[in-house]
Amino acid sequence: MIKPTDSRRQFLQKIALGSAFAGTFSLPVWAAQTKLSLSDDLPEWMKTSGKGFSNYGQPSPHEQQVIRWISANPDALGNGVSWTPLHDLQGTITPNGLHYERHHNGVPQIDPTQHTLLVNGLVDKPLSFDVASLLRYPMISRTCFIECGGNSNSGWRTNPIQSKAGYAHGLVSNAEWTGIPVRLLLQEAGIKTDAKWVIAEGADGAALNISIPLEKLLDDALLALYQNGERLRPENGYPMRLVLPGWEGILNVKWLRQLRLSKQPAMTRDETSQYTELQPDGTARQFTFIMEAKSLITSPSLGMMLPDNPGTYQLSGLAWSGRGKITRVEISADGGDTWTDAELHGPILDRAFTRFSLPWHWQGDYSVLQSRATDETGYVQPTRNDLVANRGTYGFFHYNAIVSWEITETGDINHVYGI
Amino acid sequence: MSTGFSFISSLLLIACFSHSYAYAEYQSLGKSAEQLSTQAEWNLTITPDGKGLPIGKGSSAQGTKIFAMKCAGCHGPAGIGGSAEPLVGEVGSLTSEYPEKTINSYWPYATTLFDYIRRAMPIDAPFSLSANEVYALCAYLLSEDDIIPIDQELNEENLPQVSMPNRDGFIAIFPDKY
Repeated sequence: MIKPTDSRRQFLQKIALGSAFAGTFSLPVWAAQTKLSLSDDLPEWMKTSGKGFSNYGQPSPHEQQVIRWISANPDALGNGVSWTPLHDLQGTITPNGLHYERHHNGVPQIDPTQHTLLVNGLVDKPLSFDVASLLRYPMISRTCFIECGGNSNSGWRTNPIQSKAGYAHGLVSNAEWTGIPVRLLLQEAGIKTDAKWVIAEGADGAALNISIPLEKLLDDALLALYQNGERLRPENGYPMRLVLPGWEGILNVKWLRQLRLSKQPAMTRDETSQYTELQPDGTARQFTFIMEAKSLITSPSLGMMLPDNPGTYQLSGLAWSGRGKITRVEISADGGDTWTDAELHGPILDRAFTRFSLPWHWQGDYSVLQSRATDETGYVQPTRNDLVANRGTYGFFHYNAIVSWEITETGDINHVYGI
Repeated sequence: MSTGFSFISSLLLIACFSHSYAYAEYQSLGKSAEQLSTQAEWNLTITPDGKGLPIGKGSSAQGTKIFAMKCAGCHGPAGIGGSAEPLVGEVGSLTSEYPEKTINSYWPYATTLFDYIRRAMPIDAPFSLSANEVYALCAYLLSEDDIIPIDQELNEENLPQVSMPNRDGFIAIFPDKY
């Protein structure tokens, strides 16, 4: 069903040659320009001065439908999520205004001059840092995804949810984060040998606290101050947040106010009652930090349709893994019976979005589109059947099964559960 | 000219001889926080051993009244049926066809209850409850499923001793099972 890449190239070359010949044999371009005035034939925006400059640019008003989808508690509007519209985006970087949000009690409006970061607990000397000082530390930049542990959780339901791709799977976003390696600050305070965990706490209206293994903070954790080149957005932790590449979103504590080193995890609400996965035997998986490999076809996907039958469509999507680089994405158009390798668009970064694509010649027949990611550890994204067989359906968190889009004979697209 | 050249040279030297030259030289700007670290607002986290619990006490009877005034709006009149997830009941349901993760069916430690209520509830006024009020709410919620006797007052000494039904229900995936 899927045309291999070579035939796509041949197909496109034929089209290009055809256009060239068509140009040669039609009227010369100047022949159409003999009218005294062109103004009737030109669009309005070419016949007047444009708008002036702007201090901070905004998307075109014609793109106003490209928005985060908000799902919040009606009794507590700051408790909920907003989903990144992955189905409307291309490339790999999530614009700052569209980065997904998960807030437990809204977005605090923090005055950076009044904000303090405290490093204490099992350290030689507790230290406090103000924002102005932190901006003087050496920084590095790291492009990585952050994914909520509850992303795609509708996949556990009995019936497939009929939401657009981003509004079911868009509690994940990808940005370039710039900040200070957390280990520099911990080392400055002096890490005591019995410290094994760090309790991170935010300065929001939930004072969100969660335990993180010290070794992650000493490895690749960032105290991020910048997001895609500008200072963090308030909803992404202004003035500072943790970024733990590849680890579930809840650990990437926003509005960070404290890192408290300890021997043991604190068993906070968000590492016991939430972000743990109940299994069929009644036990729950806890401290499931790594977000496993996942992929998703973002176009075409639910809410779009295929206008031409037959027609050639560029299947495009995103893959990511909390364990490292994506090494392979395969695509099936027949619900998983046969698979073809998609093209991976570089640079392929460790624990970051990787864009994949594959041209597809649709003949108008019933199809089920799927993508399947493999990461550099050899981990392969599971089918829904395999995931459910291993975890049951009450785990709520860490749903990473293959996503299936049904293409009907009329070109409509529905979400279905594949094998 | 020569100044510029030696400046470049020193940068190259740092690059050549330091494993992580980007951090080779920076000024430590953390301020001593011995005093700050002892203050209550920087010691909010309560651990299962009870460390961090403030002195105080509260009863289920007191908690019932506070709950009706400050919690029932979202959580329902008896901790179920509101817009928020159910808080009580369903003990023993975790292996059933329809498991329900309430405080009393799922949470492994009662200390977490104090920690969370104090820092995050009521959602429109966190940190507005006194320690006594938080102990009272804990007593009310726990006594609803007879995890503590209805007439037991909770305080900083006995809250960590409360035995939650699902205490051993969790399997740590980190670090061994990755």
